[in-house]
Amino acid sequence: MKWLIRGGRVIDSQNQVDDLMDIYIHQGRIMDLQPVPPKRGTKSLSDYRVIPAEGLVVCPGLIDIHTHLREPGFEYKETILTGTRAAVTGGFTAVACMANTLPVNDNQSVTEYILNKAKEARLAKVFPVGAIRAGLKGEALAEYGELKTAGVVALSDDGNPVMNSQLMRRAMEYAQAFDLPIIAHCEDLTLSRPGVMNEGPTSTRLGLHGIPSAAEEIMIYRDIQLCQMTQTPLHIAHISTAGSVQLIREAKKKGLPVSAETAPHHFSLTEEAVIGFDTLAKMNPPLRTKNDLQAIQKGLKDGTIEVIASDHAPQSALEKEVEFDQAAMGIIGLETTLPLTLNLVHRGILTLPQAIAKLTQGPARILNLPGLGRLEPSGPADLTIIDPDLEFQVDIRSFVSKSKNSPFHGWTLKGKAVLTMVEGRVVFNQMAPMVEE
Amino acid sequence: MNFDRHHLLGMEGLTREEIETILTTAESLKEISFRDIKKVPTLRGKTVVNFFHEPSTRTRTSFEIAAKRLSADTVSLSANTSSLVKGETLVDTARNLEAMNPDVIVIRHSMAGAPHLLSRMTKPSIINAGDGMHEHPTQALLDLLTIREKKGRIEGLQVAIIGDIAHSRVARSNIIGLKTMGAEVMVAGPPTMIPPFIESLDVGVTSRIQEAVAWADVIMMLRVQLERQQQMLFPSLREYSRFFGLNLETMNKAKRDVIIMHPGPINRGVEIHPEVADGPYSVILDQVTNGVAVRMALLYLLLGGKKSEMAD
Repeated sequence: MKWLIRGGRVIDSQNQVDDLMDIYIHQGRIMDLQPVPPKRGTKSLSDYRVIPAEGLVVCPGLIDIHTHLREPGFEYKETILTGTRAAVTGGFTAVACMANTLPVNDNQSVTEYILNKAKEARLAKVFPVGAIRAGLKGEALAEYGELKTAGVVALSDDGNPVMNSQLMRRAMEYAQAFDLPIIAHCEDLTLSRPGVMNEGPTSTRLGLHGIPSAAEEIMIYRDIQLCQMTQTPLHIAHISTAGSVQLIREAKKKGLPVSAETAPHHFSLTEEAVIGFDTLAKMNPPLRTKNDLQAIQKGLKDGTIEVIASDHAPQSALEKEVEFDQAAMGIIGLETTLPLTLNLVHRGILTLPQAIAKLTQGPARILNLPGLGRLEPSGPADLTIIDPDLEFQVDIRSFVSKSKNSPFHGWTLKGKAVLTMVEGRVVFNQMAPMVEE
Repeated sequence: MNFDRHHLLGMEGLTREEIETILTTAESLKEISFRDIKKVPTLRGKTVVNFFHEPSTRTRTSFEIAAKRLSADTVSLSANTSSLVKGETLVDTARNLEAMNPDVIVIRHSMAGAPHLLSRMTKPSIINAGDGMHEHPTQALLDLLTIREKKGRIEGLQVAIIGDIAHSRVARSNIIGLKTMGAEVMVAGPPTMIPPFIESLDVGVTSRIQEAVAWADVIMMLRVQLERQQQMLFPSLREYSRFFGLNLETMNKAKRDVIIMHPGPINRGVEIHPEVADGPYSVILDQVTNGVAVRMALLYLLLGGKKSEMAD
């Protein structure tokens, strides 16, 4: 199959491209990118199928560095099939899935299982993240060599932070042997428990136990110090506080191999969303204050935070239609991350190329994904076509994710993916019917 | 008369007029409890379910007596007799109760927001009888009634709330209710038991209870729960009692006409010394009496007992 994606605004921050271009695709690879108007006679178009992208944005396929696909073990919340379908619907051509499945992804069998399921689904590419500790608990390191050989791209304690500093140090040292970055969920559990929301005026009003900002910042500081000792690339997951942004800014100034992500809810919502005991506003880290939200936006703008991640965390009604204290943490995000990110563009906080870089170039660099997060001749034809001006209302009933736990239901947002292509295959298409799969 | 609510979930959101209405109604119903035959037919044919998911004697008995004095039928469910022990969720239990068409569900729950969850999921009127560390509105209302009765007013009074503020739903509801009614509030206790950002509720804060006692027209003591010691909040009951308990020596600094309240149950000798609890300024038992009146008033108002009948 040969495709011509015609006349779109091509944005590829890796190659510093922001131009109207035609993209030629053949056998799942990009053949050529030509500025518009094309030089006469360069191509015979008769055997190409044309995707008219005039007025639309064409960018490298979006990559989500932080997804929970829940399979194996929690298939009632999400499966690799439904999760990757949600991914491509949201414009993502690749997702990195966290290790807190059942069983935990701490060995090659689980990694292989995930990769096989992803292959069967033939939707988004899946890059498994392995566990730092065997079983995500105790004092034993997981087998990083075996995990790497099976296909993991990073190691993380997401879902169960490593409290033991010696163990974290050893994990970072040992990971170097296999060139695996560490993705750290920074939370001092002795300080955060039994908190269920941000510690602030709202938690005091609602009589809910608070999680202070310091619980996140103390661990970020620890992990930055360990990064300085070991020089292992450290990626800090889902930062939520103003203090965290500052710590990362300083670490980067020192030249440490530190990067950070934030999630759309941390730049779109504050702790006040919890009022009324709405369990859809319960997540970890918790929604913080307006001051934090503004600091996060500033960190995105000045490049301190180079990745936006969905932290897609499917939960069923079983986990959410209960008392606030009992409710599980997390919200789904694959289908709302791009629109909420574009919202920052519409509000003048990020430029469009900046916003796209945080969903493409940033995660590809941190996870060392060769060829991804960029559009280059002979590279894989993984790309996303975005209509940045398309207005729509978020409706959980239209989500393809198996779970519906989103606090953004009913929001009117502008801009979304209209076509997603993985290796030359159209895996999501909301464009005119002339484009066939 | 100004009361048009389906639920009573908390003091937060109640207007001054609504609180006045509840207190005035309670005052007029209080007399029933002193009759020879303590029963009126007002709520005949109505069903009140007392759903207590956390141990309680005082509040539950008070609600039950209040409902019975108005001739409502009452059923009591507690955590260990309900299906919750068999693993049923709160929402399922409530939906099952709802299927039997009660008019009111009075709920006490160890977790904040449980009454709000029920109010979203079921139809009957929900009365919050205490949810976690969040609110205990009927306690605040009976406290307001007691203050109004003893002091003749609420507006402009200085009220000190002393003890474990952080874990207290009584403190939260009272702060909100007192502020709505125009009183000033100061909270006092060990800093580990003062919730962060409490100033956002527009109250004064001190860790020296002498200061609060000397300032106050009304002193509300809160119960200290023994398990807090394990949570690193204070070193020992002995030390707590000495520095944060209300004793006769501290009371020497108090205003002459001060009143002392306590939501009960009292830890005698811990947060309040026996001489003080039983002293002349103590209105602790009046609070209990007023509890029945306030709960009668609420049941009456929520069940929309012909509102015109009650007009005064």
